Amino acid sequence: MSIKKENSKIIRLAHGAGGILQQELIEFITKNIPYKNVNNGIGIEELDDGATIPLINYEKEIVVTADGHTIYPLFFPGGDLGSLSICGTANDLIMMGAEPLALTSVIIIEEGFEFNKLKKIVNSMNFMAAKARIAIIAGDTKVMPRGTLNEIIIATTGIGIKDKNIKILDNNIKTEDHIILTGSIGDHGTALMASREGLNISTDLKSDISLLLEIFSAIKYEIDNNLIHAMKDPTRGGIAAALNDWAAKSNVSIWIDEEKVRIKNQVIAICEMLGLDPYNIACEGRALLAVDPKYSQDILKKIKSTQIGKDAEIIGKVKAENPKRVFLKTIVGGTRFVDMPLGEPIPRIC
Amino acid sequence: MNIPGLDVLRSKEFTGKIIEKINEITKEIGKPVKFMHVCGTHEHTISKYGLRTLIPKEIEILSGPGCPVCVCPAADIDKAIELGKRNDTIITTFGDMIRVPATNISLAELKARGSDVRIVYGPNNAVKIAKENSDKEVIFFAIGFETTVPLVGYELQSEPPSNFSVICAHKLIPAALELLISQSQLKIDGFISPGHVSTIIGLEPYEIFSQGYKIPNVISGFEPNDVLLSILMLLKQVRDKKYDTLNEYSRVVKPEGNIIAQRVIEDVFDPVSSPWRGIGRINEGGLVIREKYTEYDADKKFDIKIEKSQDIPPGCSCHLVMVGKLYPYECKLFRKECTPINPIGPCMVSMEGTCSIYYKYYSEQNS
Repeated sequence: MSIKKENSKIIRLAHGAGGILQQELIEFITKNIPYKNVNNGIGIEELDDGATIPLINYEKEIVVTADGHTIYPLFFPGGDLGSLSICGTANDLIMMGAEPLALTSVIIIEEGFEFNKLKKIVNSMNFMAAKARIAIIAGDTKVMPRGTLNEIIIATTGIGIKDKNIKILDNNIKTEDHIILTGSIGDHGTALMASREGLNISTDLKSDISLLLEIFSAIKYEIDNNLIHAMKDPTRGGIAAALNDWAAKSNVSIWIDEEKVRIKNQVIAICEMLGLDPYNIACEGRALLAVDPKYSQDILKKIKSTQIGKDAEIIGKVKAENPKRVFLKTIVGGTRFVDMPLGEPIPRIC
Repeated sequence: MNIPGLDVLRSKEFTGKIIEKINEITKEIGKPVKFMHVCGTHEHTISKYGLRTLIPKEIEILSGPGCPVCVCPAADIDKAIELGKRNDTIITTFGDMIRVPATNISLAELKARGSDVRIVYGPNNAVKIAKENSDKEVIFFAIGFETTVPLVGYELQSEPPSNFSVICAHKLIPAALELLISQSQLKIDGFISPGHVSTIIGLEPYEIFSQGYKIPNVISGFEPNDVLLSILMLLKQVRDKKYDTLNEYSRVVKPEGNIIAQRVIEDVFDPVSSPWRGIGRINEGGLVIREKYTEYDADKKFDIKIEKSQDIPPGCSCHLVMVGKLYPYECKLFRKECTPINPIGPCMVSMEGTCSIYYKYYSEQNS
């Protein structure tokens, strides 16, 4: 029994995996922060993708996001740590309805890391930043003694701008809203898992890593007019975590039609082999949107007109009954519950 | 990549047709029926696809003792833990096993304390570890039903190094079915039998249930329409008062099973009366290593005796969940003290454990 108590006092990997444990960790860190917002803007207590700083006597507000980027392997099918850090930062800003302006980047490197690997990472940061038209305006570097860090990590702060009246928030979802998903799920996490050593899975599957800017531009009108109530990129914990988060924060239930959720055959096959659930697996270039049902078809059409959103679908709707829960109508017509993932998805062995 | 057959096995149209027929025959039967499966993967399919919400209320699908890590007695895990405490040992086992709580701790906790406990994909990996670590005793903690037994048997036949041994905690499914039938209060009208176990043992071992005990039996695959079709095949037998062992999973299971694997099992192991966690001793319910392979039997080699062990912690209802007498949400610890992060009983650990499946797929509203 004493061992169990000891275990509960340490940070486990699962504390960083987007599930219930991560919520506990964030609560632990943030509960005693003295000032949690600026000018009554969105602050840390909202636990949204970022925060806002409303500008007094001005119709705009600054949107700020923070993100730490680590990944293994550093170079994976479809991207690398560099592209991940820019896309992740820009996408977080976009998910708040903000136009990305600039970012800062802190690069912490382990002693012994090769310059040519760093070059590749920096090159893809620059490539993605150009694509996102986002400036990299400040940064810092640290080198850590060998063994005190695994290769390299990047921490970014994203800065964007938006109209004060745009309210795209996790707690802003309304009953009857339609849920749009912009593409297939599970590509990123599954591609990564397949490329890790020891599993020997050969597949042409690539990460879905991409900038959501194209979608943002396509639906700018709907964003400006508050026809989109919430947006989220389902990274850690996959769409299961994102939808549960929404249901809890907006006090609604979300009903998903499994038939409408696109999952690539490679993802299905690899996940079934490893005993993983694609709903819990990270995407890096997809978005979930909760939208006004009267405009959902228009919005869907605009998203489908973009390259990265061509496979978008309306996958479900929002109801008032059984709040804080996510339900799934399965492909064969049954109904089940979609749980908040508990921790890091680990391949089953037996 | 294409997954052959999925268009049929997961097709809603096909599901609709089967359900229509199931509704029709259930009406003809005119009374409630109880079917039981004995495979964690069947429970997984039923829950993941919400199959219980598709079939009429008159059909109850019970979950039997089909999770191999759940039925492994705490005393056997304790044995592995005791051996793991020595500094000259490496304990190897399947991933699902290491988090299962035994009398005091689990193998995962032993590992956290600094012992060498490794997850392997199969016994062949454990033998490889033994070859690479000749100064250590490498012990494979062998669990599982007929599906995993031949793999272990094959390794023992292939002259593994002398620093390799096995804790044999294998269990046999047909004996457990017989025990369930003898528990008269369950009154099971049919068995959905495990496809993977049957791939090895074939159809013959089930004949005693259909013909002797007059309980219909269908060997089922693991896709949603496999399971629904098996339910339909059972219903037809109930309606017509027929008692056969039928094979729904004929694309994989041969009537005679896998003869080569059966010979390996026979050569290496002996069926014995064996304890199942939370269920009790089952006649011919487990296996021991035969005399001629005794040098690889960790029981003989190390002479570890576990005096006292505890299968079911106070308050836990795994012993009732495992034989279908209680649904997980009827246990007072479920979703409260007992969660997949902090499992109290064995059924909350493995993805084949009934409690862990119910935790993931059933809310208060649909359970």
